[in-house]
Amino acid sequence: MDLNYSQEESAFRDEVRGWLKANLPQDLRDKVANYDELGRDDLLRWHKILAKKGWVAPAWPKEYGGTSWNVVQRYIFEEECGFAGTPPLIPFGLSMCGPVLLRFGTEAQKKRFLPDIYNGDVFWCQGYSEPGSGSDLASLKTKAERVRDEKSGDHYVVNGQKTWTTLGHFADWIFCLVRTDSSLSKRQEGISFLLIDMKTPGITVRPLVLMDGGHEVNEVFFDDVKVPAENLVYEEGKGWTVAKYLLGHERMNTGRIGGSKRELAKLKTFASEQTGDDGKPMIENARFRDKLTRVEVELMALEITNLRFLDQMRRSGQPPGADVSMLKIKGTEIQQALTELAMQVAGPMAQPFKTVGSENARDAGFDAFTAGLAPRYCNYRKTSIYAGSNEIQRNIIAKMTLGL
Amino acid sequence: MNFDYNEEQQLLADSVRRFLAKDYGFEARKKIVSSTQGWSTPVWATLTEMGLTGLPFSPDYGGFGGGAVDLMGVMEAAGEALLVEPYLATVGLGAQFVARAGSDAQKKAILPAVVEGKLKLAFAHTEKGARYNLSKVAATAKKSGSGWEITGEKFVVLGAPAADKFVVSANTDKGLSLFLVDSKAAKVKAYVTLDEQRAGDVSFLKASGELLGVEGGALPVIEEVMDFATALICAEAVGAMKFACDTTLEYLKTRKQFGVTIGTFQALQHRMVDLYVSYEQAKSMACLAASKADSPVDAKDRARAISAAKIKIADNCRHISQEAIQLHGGMGMTDEMKVSHTFRRLTMIAQQFGDAEYHLARFASL
Repeated sequence: MDLNYSQEESAFRDEVRGWLKANLPQDLRDKVANYDELGRDDLLRWHKILAKKGWVAPAWPKEYGGTSWNVVQRYIFEEECGFAGTPPLIPFGLSMCGPVLLRFGTEAQKKRFLPDIYNGDVFWCQGYSEPGSGSDLASLKTKAERVRDEKSGDHYVVNGQKTWTTLGHFADWIFCLVRTDSSLSKRQEGISFLLIDMKTPGITVRPLVLMDGGHEVNEVFFDDVKVPAENLVYEEGKGWTVAKYLLGHERMNTGRIGGSKRELAKLKTFASEQTGDDGKPMIENARFRDKLTRVEVELMALEITNLRFLDQMRRSGQPPGADVSMLKIKGTEIQQALTELAMQVAGPMAQPFKTVGSENARDAGFDAFTAGLAPRYCNYRKTSIYAGSNEIQRNIIAKMTLGL
Repeated sequence: MNFDYNEEQQLLADSVRRFLAKDYGFEARKKIVSSTQGWSTPVWATLTEMGLTGLPFSPDYGGFGGGAVDLMGVMEAAGEALLVEPYLATVGLGAQFVARAGSDAQKKAILPAVVEGKLKLAFAHTEKGARYNLSKVAATAKKSGSGWEITGEKFVVLGAPAADKFVVSANTDKGLSLFLVDSKAAKVKAYVTLDEQRAGDVSFLKASGELLGVEGGALPVIEEVMDFATALICAEAVGAMKFACDTTLEYLKTRKQFGVTIGTFQALQHRMVDLYVSYEQAKSMACLAASKADSPVDAKDRARAISAAKIKIADNCRHISQEAIQLHGGMGMTDEMKVSHTFRRLTMIAQQFGDAEYHLARFASL
């Protein structure tokens, strides 16, 4: 047993850390540090910097721009990005649509879509959830009817609604699960995976403003939207197979350990600077400090657990399976706990939210970091709900690992 | 990076587990804990034959030169089977002081006998009111001829009734020091602990002893050995947790109510999942504790990691033991179910060598 990284792995970490330090633009670094909302241009700018370096899609095959890193190197890279506070790489193209096309796409589809995804020339979003289909995704109702058309080619006519569409307002394209056959008794059958151009007539995007005041998610309405049949991925009616492949796809950074390490360090600094009710720094307050330490210990345990899974994967060559659900549960609990403790440190100063007639407390001259804490606390409640709620993750472990 | 046991470690852990499965079942253990001695001489002999008493000692004294990581698999097996033999007291505590601080002559006199299973030791340190504070010692030692005379009262000395010799902490003019005292020179009030092990209060009245290590320099050694022993009980806890989780899962799959197995209820499934997650997190921290107890890092780094591990282990000992009983319903409360005995051991581990609050304070101070 040896819990240390090898010399090569440590050298790799140093290389990544050094490169990030030199290449992460200061304005993006500041925006992330102050929990500012990142726009399409911010996100794509960072995407393109990584694409130019050749590091934007490490897990892809080498001929499509992958790095040939092993799972540990990929983990180190993601941890370092989180720790440095880079803008996130939006997963919809790179980690979802891309891998799906690589596995199920036709040569023509790969040629058409993969380079744009890699280079960050096209912004993708995901059309899974519907108003009536959240955790129970297979109940989705958005309908796609195939129409034979000898003149302009076969196409689908899509009608229905998607929701919780993250960054749909930035997106050029959306990949959707749609129902192409509703006559089948098994709900998972009759679902298909479609790629849809967001500029197609009949698509409406409506913002869903969340309680933190931010605009991240949307509703997307489809009203007789015409989609060329060539945009079907894999076979008609086999969309559930595609969706399941994505769920089982190696999720290396589910625990968001690098990001939580950074937030923990920031929280410690913040708690050393802020004075508690007794006039001493907050971090010296035993009641606060014990809570902080318990979160730090949770994070240590999560990191080692994650490394244990990686070590297993590296040697067995098998994906981690249902155990990734454990990383999601613990990782999100830690992220949420950190936002809650930051709120506690801010105390009464967590209250200012925005100036009258403005969207942002920062506009009123409040300290940018402190002003970001309360919205972030609100926003992070999403983490235990999205990407399969933590209750769904428990269902997965109960069924797959424990055999209940 | 590698989280597996090496082949030797795995083989040893497997053979210990096989032996315990065969000769240390719940019924056999029941007879052992209710015997007058409270532990089994034949079992001790087998542990010795398997080389366990020599595992963490230098080959110079007949040992195998292993460390905490080598003991992890053994301690996990001990935790699963709820082993009560005075292994931790002798191998994890008492003899560790001799191995780390003793003179060549002391090592030669004591370690080979420990390795051969002939000599048992106990660490007489904790005093009334000291709680987990390792430096709070009132016992005193005075020079007397070529030796020392030790006077003081020690409480809850693990393995005291079985011990042939005590490692005793006491203050001299130069500060906290360690002494070797023959058990015949001490008075032991023996009792059974909640987890069915044997311990005792030990009093020394001008008991003659020899200095072990540097006079006045005991505290760093005590901290080092306590960290080592803490890493061992973290691994033992993982074994006990594994049994608690496995047996609870089995119960959920077999116990029927309302015409179905109770494991079909989502309310219980999610709680079972949380137990499993708790176990995996504890296991990770036990790996960290054992690795840091072994590696020649600075004391602060070691102490931080061990305290972090003990915080997590203590919290998860409580979580898993309490939930295992709850999910077993009334049956879990009974003395006839092994899980209730596992509950008792996990409850003790949670507050042995420092509870979560002690280690939270220690972690923050480092």
